[in-house]
Amino acid sequence: MTWTSIFIAGFITYFTRMGMITLIDKNIFNENFRKILNYVPSVVFPSIIFPGVLLDDYGSLVTLTDPKIYGALTAIIIGYFSRNVIFTIISGLTSYWLLIFIF
Amino acid sequence: MLSKFQIFKIGFFDVAPHLLSVIPFGIIFGAIGIELGFDPIMTYATSLIIFGGASQIVFLQLLSGGASPLIAITSVGVINSRHLLYGAVLSEYLNKLSLIKKLFISYFIVDQGFAVSNVYLKKNSEQSFNYYHLMGSGITLWLCWQIATIIGIFLGSIVPEELGLKFAIPLTFIAIIINELRKFDHLAVMIVSGLTATFFYNAPFKSYILISPLIGLFAAFLILKLKK
Repeated sequence: MTWTSIFIAGFITYFTRMGMITLIDKNIFNENFRKILNYVPSVVFPSIIFPGVLLDDYGSLVTLTDPKIYGALTAIIIGYFSRNVIFTIISGLTSYWLLIFIF
Repeated sequence: MLSKFQIFKIGFFDVAPHLLSVIPFGIIFGAIGIELGFDPIMTYATSLIIFGGASQIVFLQLLSGGASPLIAITSVGVINSRHLLYGAVLSEYLNKLSLIKKLFISYFIVDQGFAVSNVYLKKNSEQSFNYYHLMGSGITLWLCWQIATIIGIFLGSIVPEELGLKFAIPLTFIAIIINELRKFDHLAVMIVSGLTATFFYNAPFKSYILISPLIGLFAAFLILKLKK
């Protein structure tokens, strides 16, 4: 049963990946549709970021003193000014570790 | 003109910083699968067949917790539905490819690969073989995910939990969208979808990951209307 479930889940996941790429008709790409699709990264990734920072492992809101909040803020500030992916990630992790291990 | 291999390499280097979260996450996943009581082959098979980080964890957790397979499968479908949006965006760049190539590339599309290759494809939309960037980023992520899962399966939780490396996941996504923060419309849409996701986080089947991007896109639609 578990194996069947893995294959079905795998097929559905693969369909979500290839569905639009193979089936979408180029003609539906009018200017408005294209403009809206421009926002896809800006709507999907914050949907992962916000809960990852603001919620704990049990899905409850963290307090304002939570190190994750300051780690995320550091990453945003460093990322905004440096425009560098590695600096963004490292600065966020370092400030988070400083807060949990030293303070 | 850049060769296929050169473009593939750019894809590799662009996605490389994100391995900082993908590799520990893969190890954690492998270890969780064994801890939940699944055998090594089954745990690894999810990485090969489903290949979708968070959805694999939810899938095994639900099954081991006694949930019906239907619920586990539905949850995987809902969590991975975001790929439909990625596919819609990428289809514009891939529409000239043969069906076989499209089917092949599709298997490797994941969040970080989509994010970095989307930026590249947007800038180089006319370049021939630009889709090799997507293959470079996707195959790199795939390979690392497979190896990391195997490491986790056999070595267990070698990533100390105290390090809180789960936090590296939101951080890598912050790095991905940081440049869009400069645009007010994108910033507004990010806040709308982020807060919606937080609010709906406990909705059934992890459906927040489907609800919040749709609400975000609706906000984007309204902003575009207002701009006109």
